[in-house]
Amino acid sequence: MRAEISAAEAELLLQATIKGELPDTRGRFGPFGGRYIPETLVPAFERLEQGIADHLHTDSFQNDYRRELREWVGRPTALSHAPRLSERWGTDVWLKREDLAHTGAHKINNAIGQALLAKRLGAKRVIAETGAGQHGVASAAACARLGLPCRVYMGAVDIERQAPNVDRMLRLGAEVLPVETGDKTLRAAIDEALREWVTDPDGIYYLLGSAVGAHPYPYLVRELQSVIGHEARQQIIEQAGGLPDVAFACVGGGSNAIGLFYPLVGDADIELIGVEAGGTGDGLGQNAATLATGTPGVLQGCYSIILQDEHGNVQETHSVSAGLDYSGVGPEHALFQAIGRVKYISATDSEALEALEELCELEGVLTALETAHAYAAAKKWSADNPGKRILIGNSGRGDKDMPTLTKYPARTRSYAAT
Amino acid sequence: MLPHEKITAAIRAASDGKRTALVPFITAGYPDPNAFIDTLSAVASVGDVVELGIPFSDPMADGMTIQRSSFKAIEDGVTLSWIFEQLARPECSVDTPLVMMSYLNPLLAYGYERLAKQAVATGVCGFIVPDLPYEESDELRNALEAQGVGLIQLVTPATPNDRLKILANASKGFLYAVTITGITGGDGGLPANLANYLDGVSAATALPVCAGFGIRAAADVSNVGRHAAGAIVGSALVEVLEQGGDPAAWLRNLRPE
Repeated sequence: MRAEISAAEAELLLQATIKGELPDTRGRFGPFGGRYIPETLVPAFERLEQGIADHLHTDSFQNDYRRELREWVGRPTALSHAPRLSERWGTDVWLKREDLAHTGAHKINNAIGQALLAKRLGAKRVIAETGAGQHGVASAAACARLGLPCRVYMGAVDIERQAPNVDRMLRLGAEVLPVETGDKTLRAAIDEALREWVTDPDGIYYLLGSAVGAHPYPYLVRELQSVIGHEARQQIIEQAGGLPDVAFACVGGGSNAIGLFYPLVGDADIELIGVEAGGTGDGLGQNAATLATGTPGVLQGCYSIILQDEHGNVQETHSVSAGLDYSGVGPEHALFQAIGRVKYISATDSEALEALEELCELEGVLTALETAHAYAAAKKWSADNPGKRILIGNSGRGDKDMPTLTKYPARTRSYAAT
Repeated sequence: MLPHEKITAAIRAASDGKRTALVPFITAGYPDPNAFIDTLSAVASVGDVVELGIPFSDPMADGMTIQRSSFKAIEDGVTLSWIFEQLARPECSVDTPLVMMSYLNPLLAYGYERLAKQAVATGVCGFIVPDLPYEESDELRNALEAQGVGLIQLVTPATPNDRLKILANASKGFLYAVTITGITGGDGGLPANLANYLDGVSAATALPVCAGFGIRAAADVSNVGRHAAGAIVGSALVEVLEQGGDPAAWLRNLRPE
């Protein structure tokens, strides 16, 4: 396998992306993607692929999906102008408010879509993995809505730092299984969900939460999350009078970023910037900046860019945000980086925390720690690009991060003296 | 004889002797890297083919036992390069054909051509790659077969018949019949319809069939042996190693007297 792409190939792959021709029939986004799974799961993946072909783009499915998005998720989500942030940064800042979606993040777009699909495919129960807990909460809610039993795998480390979401999942009727193996975060939770799936490939539907994994998941998740970019594109034209100069989104596995970027890829004048977790430093294990520092490899079902050592062992990551704390990244992002359509940079833990505070102070929006990384990068970009119009994917709200945030006292405010 | 033919021949020799071929699995370098050659030699003194597990950080098809052994071996510095170095040492004089069980990424990081050449040089005759389905396997298969090394295919009870034929045709050395839908190290016992399943797999191939997953005791080996040429014993043996037991003695007890 190879990851190098010539300039001529890059242009062809960009055009193929814009025309909607990727992934190809083998689940490839150029060199990336594919399907690397145990033999026991091959029939289940083939059924899922067939199920998507049979249902996803039919009027019947799309009518149900759009009705759920409208009546239950609360879409379209608002596009908010950010006047005080714009004034501070010297740019014109617009926020695509996925934090306003039901359960508080973009994850619900995918969860309800896949739960509808699971129902059509006759699944007896649903399993899901979760990192920050947002996908777990979204899956639990979607399964409750459709009457499907739901089990969520969550790393023990994440359970500790995202406690409010664990309680939410339980109240929404899901079973939460702590994962004590491996890195005890998102990666271990995915491994454990796959192990469970192998035991009952016929009865289980695996509701994967990010644009990662084996084909057809990166495709399916992109299709279900693209509602973000489609809405944002139309809204910013209507509300701001034109397209943005740049769009920012945070990238862990990359589902909110692919949802925002994919519908904008064909707008050649929009610069697209994905922001990964820079953690506490550049060293291996200190961050989760996969695209910035990783190398090509196969992890959890697809060929993409991963954080690994010279022997091919996947490295543990660090980020203050559980949702970005992942050693891999979706294969379509690996393609977008390789062909130069999206630039991937990183923001550190402390830059993200600072950005989160600034947004709270100036716009009254408590954003998720994951999302705060996009703000940190957008602020830096603004300093070099005054007057430009910026679209930021505000992927989720930060209520779930309160246990983490209480460890970092607010710098801008203190309790009034009594 | 090509390396992958040595695997087939070793299993057939057991069948000719009216025995069920025994294919023990150990995680390389577990529990103690310094004892690797001794452990391997002990296991090879009983096994007809030995399966060597390459430790990997994300063993998604393995249960707790093999996961634990894999993580411990990684901590102890066991890598594919280290394993090849050990196998090349003069004091490592194992004649039993070796098969490596590795997830794809360590092989990818090592490089396929170099892998095939090192394999031949160190007595590794075949590879089992649990996260590499047939559709993605051309590149590795071609690199291995250029050196006569086999890529062993797995089939499972979930494999449809038409696919079973394709996998049976592609496999080299033996055909690996996974007995259960599940991960390694399960304690649910062997399934009731095992005989029909294994007979069906055996009918689909000219290669010997070895059954694996869930084989823990002598009764399992003889049960499997009525319908397959060989039995693969993994997690139960790794547990013996974990508890400091004698792997050769334990393996000998799996054979009917």
